[in-house]
Amino acid sequence: MKSDQRIAGWIFVAPALAVISVFFLVPVILAAGLSLTDFDLYALGSLKNLQFVGLDNYVAVLRMGLFWRALGNTLYFVVAGVPLSVAAATGAALLVHSRLARWRGFFRLALFTPVVTNLVAVAVIWKYLFEKRYGIVNYVMALFGLHPIDWLGSPRLAMPTIILFATWKNFGYAMIIVLAGLQAIPEELYEAARLDGAGSWTQLRHITLPLLGPTLMTVGLLTMVGYFQLFAEPYVITEGGPLQSTLSVLYLMYNQGFDWWNLGLASAIAFVLFSLTLAATGVLVHAGRRRGWV
Amino acid sequence: MRRSSAAAWAVNGLLALMALGTLFPLFWMLSVSLMSPGAANTFPPPLLPLHPTMANYRMLFLRADLGRYLLNSLIVSGGITLGSLVCNVAAGYAFAKLRFQGRDRVFGLLLGALVIPSQVAMMPLFLLARELHIVDSYAGVILPSMASIFGIYLVRQYTRAVPDEMLEAARIDGAGEGIIFLRVVLPLLKPIVITLAVLTFLTAWNDFMWPLIVLTGNNHYTLPIALASLARMHNQHVEMLMAGAMVTVVPVLLLFLLLQRYYIQGLLLGSVKR
Repeated sequence: MKSDQRIAGWIFVAPALAVISVFFLVPVILAAGLSLTDFDLYALGSLKNLQFVGLDNYVAVLRMGLFWRALGNTLYFVVAGVPLSVAAATGAALLVHSRLARWRGFFRLALFTPVVTNLVAVAVIWKYLFEKRYGIVNYVMALFGLHPIDWLGSPRLAMPTIILFATWKNFGYAMIIVLAGLQAIPEELYEAARLDGAGSWTQLRHITLPLLGPTLMTVGLLTMVGYFQLFAEPYVITEGGPLQSTLSVLYLMYNQGFDWWNLGLASAIAFVLFSLTLAATGVLVHAGRRRGWV
Repeated sequence: MRRSSAAAWAVNGLLALMALGTLFPLFWMLSVSLMSPGAANTFPPPLLPLHPTMANYRMLFLRADLGRYLLNSLIVSGGITLGSLVCNVAAGYAFAKLRFQGRDRVFGLLLGALVIPSQVAMMPLFLLARELHIVDSYAGVILPSMASIFGIYLVRQYTRAVPDEMLEAARIDGAGEGIIFLRVVLPLLKPIVITLAVLTFLTAWNDFMWPLIVLTGNNHYTLPIALASLARMHNQHVEMLMAGAMVTVVPVLLLFLLLQRYYIQGLLLGSVKR
C-alpha cells in the first residue's frame, strides 16, 4: 500500500519537476556559469570562441556608466512607485470597505480592471493620453489655463509619467489584498472604540492602520519585487528614452543580451539585479520585523 | 446625521473619481478605435467618434495579419493552460497528500526557488531553445511555462483541505493511486482547477518579455508582441493602434468578468502566504 504511494508520488510530480528543472532551475545555474564567461556574438557562432573570464563581467557592469544610470532610474521607479501604489491601494480599499460606500461590487471591479488589462495595450493608450499636442491630459490642463507639457519627451517627466502609469495599472491588485485584510479586522474592536467615544479618524489611526500592518508589509514586498523588474513599460512607452531617462536595469540586460548578444554580460547584470532585489527585501523584512509585521 | 451624509458624499464622490480614472482610458480606447483614420489627431481631442466605423479593425485583420496573431495568442495561452493544468494539479496534489521519499525537501527547494526572478534564467534558456530548435516556434513559448512553482503551491494549499479519510477509504476498497486521483480527488478540486486555469491563461496571454525574446520572426508573434511592434512602426496611426489594443485587451477582460470570483480567490490564496 505504502509503496504504491511512494511510486505514485514521484510519478505525479515528475512532469512538473521535469519542466521546472529543465526550463528554470538548470538555466539559473547555467546563468551563474555564463556570467563568468565572455559569451558574445562570436561564441553564439561557435563555442570555441568562449572563454572563462572570472568576475570580469561583474567588474565591467560596475564600471559601466549606463548601468548606474539604469540603476538610478530603477531605484527612482521603486522608491517612488511602491509607496504611491500601496497608498493608492490602501486609500481605495478603505473607500470601498467604508460603510458609507454604495455599489461596492461595482467600484471594486472598476478599480481592479486595469490589473487584468494587457500591459502593452494600456501602455499604448497612455502614450497617446499624455501626447503633447493632441493628448487629453494636456487638453484638460489647458481648460484650467495650464500650458501643455511634453510628458514623455522630457527627461525629467518621462519617469514620473511611467510611475503614474504603473500605479494606475497595479494598485488594484494590492487593493484586493488590503480589502481582505480589512475584512479580517474584528468588528467588535470598532464597537468598543465607539463606546469609548473614538471618532472615525481615531479609529483609522489606532485600530485599522496598526492591524493592517502585516498586510501592508506583504503588499509592499510583492509590489517592490515586481517593480525592480521594470521593463515592458519603458520598452513600449519611451524605448528607454528620452536621453536614457527611463532605461531600467532589466531593459539594459535585454539590450546587452538580445540586441548585442553579450549573453555573459547580460547574465551578470541579471545577477546584480537579483542580489539588489534580495537585499532590498531583506531591509524591508528587517524593518517590518521590528514592528512585528512579518 | 448631517455630517454623515456629507461624509457619504465624499466617500462615494472619491470612489466615482477613482473609477473614472481607471475606466476612462479603456473607454477612450474603444471610442478612438471606432474613429476614422486621422480623426483622433485633432484639437480639442474628440471623445466620441463622429462617424463610427470598423475600418481600423478591417485594416488590421485584412492587411496587418491581426487574425494570425490572435490565433497565435490563443494557441500559446491555450497550450500553456492545458500543460499547466496537467503538471501543476498532479504535482500539487502529490505534494499535499501522497507520502513519498524526499517530498518535503523537494517542495522546500521549490518554494526557495520562488524568490529567483525568471529573467535570470532567460539567457541560458535562449541558448537551450536554440539547441532544441524551438526558437521562433509555439513550443518555444509554451514549453517553459507548462509548469510553475506558483501553480503547484496554489493547488497544494487548496488540496490540503481534502480529508485523508476519503483517500484511505478508497485505498481500502482497492483503488489504485491513479484512479483515486481521477475519480475521488479531481472532482473535489474543481474550483481550484478553474482558478488555476484562469490565472494561467491570463498570465500567458499578457506575458511579454520571454515571447519577445524567443519569437524572433513575426510568424508566431502573440498579440502583445505584435501590438508593440505595430506601435513602433505606425506611431501616428492612433485609431488603428487602439483597435489593436481592443483586440488584445477584450478577450481576457471578458474571461475575467465571467470568472472573476475564481480569479480573485487565486490572487488571495497566492498572496496571503507567499
